[in-house]
Amino acid sequence: MGKFFEKFPDPLARLIVVVSALVALGAFAYFVLIPKPVKDIEMQWSDAIKREKARPVRYAGFQVCEECHGEIHNKKKTGYHRDLSCETCHGPAKAHAENPDNTKPVIPTARTFCPQCHAYNPSRPRGFPQINPVAHNPLKPCSSCHNPHDPKPPTTPKECSACHGEIARMKAVSHHVQLECTVCHEAPQQHKVSPRSVKPSKPQTREFCGKCHGKDTKEKLAANAPKIDMAEHGEKYVCWQCHYPHSPEVEQ
Amino acid sequence: MNGRRSFLRGFFAVLLSGGAIEGVLKLIPSKAYGKEVARTGKWYGYGVSVDKCIGCARCMDACKNENNVPREPFFVRTWVERYITRKNGQTIVKAIAPGDEAMPEAASDRTILRSFFVPKLCNQCANPPCVQVCPVGATFQTADGVVLVNEKTCIGCRYCIQACPYGARYLHPVSHTADKCTFCYHRISQGQLPACVEVCPTQTRIFGDLNAAASPMSRFLRMNKIHTLKPGLNTEPKVFYANLDGEVR
Repeated sequence: MGKFFEKFPDPLARLIVVVSALVALGAFAYFVLIPKPVKDIEMQWSDAIKREKARPVRYAGFQVCEECHGEIHNKKKTGYHRDLSCETCHGPAKAHAENPDNTKPVIPTARTFCPQCHAYNPSRPRGFPQINPVAHNPLKPCSSCHNPHDPKPPTTPKECSACHGEIARMKAVSHHVQLECTVCHEAPQQHKVSPRSVKPSKPQTREFCGKCHGKDTKEKLAANAPKIDMAEHGEKYVCWQCHYPHSPEVEQ
Repeated sequence: MNGRRSFLRGFFAVLLSGGAIEGVLKLIPSKAYGKEVARTGKWYGYGVSVDKCIGCARCMDACKNENNVPREPFFVRTWVERYITRKNGQTIVKAIAPGDEAMPEAASDRTILRSFFVPKLCNQCANPPCVQVCPVGATFQTADGVVLVNEKTCIGCRYCIQACPYGARYLHPVSHTADKCTFCYHRISQGQLPACVEVCPTQTRIFGDLNAAASPMSRFLRMNKIHTLKPGLNTEPKVFYANLDGEVR
């Protein structure tokens, strides 16, 4: 045994001492100096999950609003907007739910808001209610005709202009301005839902215009209307071949 | 004679040793075999009904509100793409932004064959390439299947951003770490819906536990024809698309 150590080269012995010292130092650094969270990836991940879970919630969720705003909730749940969460339009409301007096959610009233969903866009699915914001009752706030909590297509005839804006604007500066659309057109309720398959009626005969513009009419509405003799005035034609009913020409 | 005998002996020895190697390999537990284990507990998934999307971008807005995503349009955790396919087969894809002008003039464009919106977000892959490439283990998958980023250890090397085949990640301009959709992990761990699902006005977006027997999510998977994005990459996305057009990648 002693012979083995005698033969053992001195430089090698020193090298072994140095290397083992380095290994010991490394082990000390790894096991003692470096804190566990730096080494343990599972621990880092569970910390990250904890941090992620602790992030603040901004949107309160659709169930919360009902507690205080039951009336609006009941109105909304039967209308076309029944599947919308309140926060879709009113924005994040967790802060409001926790402290109702200090923070108020937004009430979007701008005419640019509703068209974010309802402006006509050919990429939108067919059947989704869409309007052209440029032609649809320009400058009027949406809520003046539609209740956002229970939106419905408005009733005729007041808002024929919603779709037939061009005609409405022309009529507005014509002699027929006082006439409701329904004086000449019958618009079935179904026309508002499926405008292309159910169409409003149009006058078919000369006699229809004659009810007001005939020489011996008794119609009260037509007291100041220009009168013609139906028998003599353009008897071969129907009236709208010469006169445009939405903008009848001014008499000279 | 002798040559043939020794040849046969050697031949059979080789055959036997091959069998032995295979036997030894079978004893070693392999990752591929381990994957077949049935999932228990929560395993979150997400559904998108493409033909319900109206492209209103409420989801993008809600995501930015909820998760402090920078307001600039190119930092997004979820986004909506508008596809326009022309009659000549050419397809244009453009991400929309909240407050975009609708383009009604496209209605009169006779060269357009079809057009639709596709919402996109992190697919929370069951086999996520972003996790594989992260050099520091900063991005990982939780037990309920959500891929998260540990922003304390992320070094901002952008490797995961490159690796994601869906372009779902971005580098956060303030923290300079990778950021991505977390399925609103802080919300879902409290039993709430992700913010985008919460505000979606047409129920295009559906969220739930894939292991739940009865939920809007399992109903969505049962009632629709389902496709995922880039299934050939074997990332096993957990965002499922109903009625997806073949043009969508």
